[in-house]
Amino acid sequence: MSGESGATAPSVQLELKDNVLLTTVDRVLDWARLSSIWPMTFGLACCAIEMMATGAARYDLDRFGAGAFRATPRQSDLMIVAGTVVYKMAPKVKLLYDQMPEPKWVIAMGACATGGGPYYHHGYHVMQGVDRIIPVDVYVPGCPPRPEALIDALLTLQEKIRRERPLTQRLRQLWSK
Amino acid sequence: MAMKIEEVIAEVMEIAGEGAVQEELDMPGPVLRVPRESLAKVMPLLRQRGFDSLMALSGIDYQGMKKYKADAGDSLGVVYHLFSFAERCKITIKVWLPREDPQVFSVAAIWPTAEWHEREAYDMFGIRFEGHPDPRRILLPEDWEGWPLRKDYQMPTEYRGIVHRDEEGQA
Ligand code: SF4
Repeated sequence: MSGESGATAPSVQLELKDNVLLTTVDRVLDWARLSSIWPMTFGLACCAIEMMATGAARYDLDRFGAGAFRATPRQSDLMIVAGTVVYKMAPKVKLLYDQMPEPKWVIAMGACATGGGPYYHHGYHVMQGVDRIIPVDVYVPGCPPRPEALIDALLTLQEKIRRERPLTQRLRQLWSK
Repeated sequence: MAMKIEEVIAEVMEIAGEGAVQEELDMPGPVLRVPRESLAKVMPLLRQRGFDSLMALSGIDYQGMKKYKADAGDSLGVVYHLFSFAERCKITIKVWLPREDPQVFSVAAIWPTAEWHEREAYDMFGIRFEGHPDPRRILLPEDWEGWPLRKDYQMPTEYRGIVHRDEEGQA
């Protein structure tokens, strides 16, 4: 800082220290995204009951900015695949995922969504893991996972988003072309 | 209208003709097995005699079932559980259907509840119901191949390009 007097008054320095934050746009974007993950209202089987419990008052997903369950994929950032994905449902799950705007994330909740779960061996009708049709960010084990486990998955996802740095990624992509 | 169950049994056995038998099973109410050709006559009769409720309609695959092996062979079957609210009594009707041509009279016009039950029996066993108003699969997708609850069903290897592994983990 160089003014006409050649030095900044101590009071101004104090003001700046208390009121100005230095950061990068990337970090602000990451912070904004991870603090307002809006999941889609969407449950497929028994796991969805635990997901509802997670969203309700006792476990309170709103503490993490992720309690605003949206009733449309167009407003959602996060798809929690909570339950058994049968083959009849698979094309619809894919369609819903495709309808979500970028950036978007997926949590595979429970044994079924992760890999077919209890239906792996004899379930002719159950898709053996939702990662066969859409990319999954976090897998949650359990049948069903407790709300704590889902919250842990959400925190894990937030850590992942914290490191995403979207602008840097984008510039890298452009330059590497 | 009072109904005597013995009279109803006699009537059914007569109208069903050759091949109708009464099975001795530990069941509430009599169990009658009738030839499938007679079902179109037997079922309306039972409805008239006061069996106003079709409690259940199930498909069956008798293949490998020891108890029935001698006569049922590897046939398919349909079992109807009927109940009369007025008389508080039950009766069970069975038909056996040849595996190659599992076709049978639809009772959906007599007991409308049968409409979905028959669609399920069609979905799972491939049993076709003549005269059904809407003979589609009910649970599985329309483009599904095979009849999953038949004993000789082969597990799928893929559905619309999604790979399904078998028990050994082979694709
Ligand atoms: S993982 Fe268990 S609880 Fe969850 S949907 Fe599958 S069967 Fe239900």
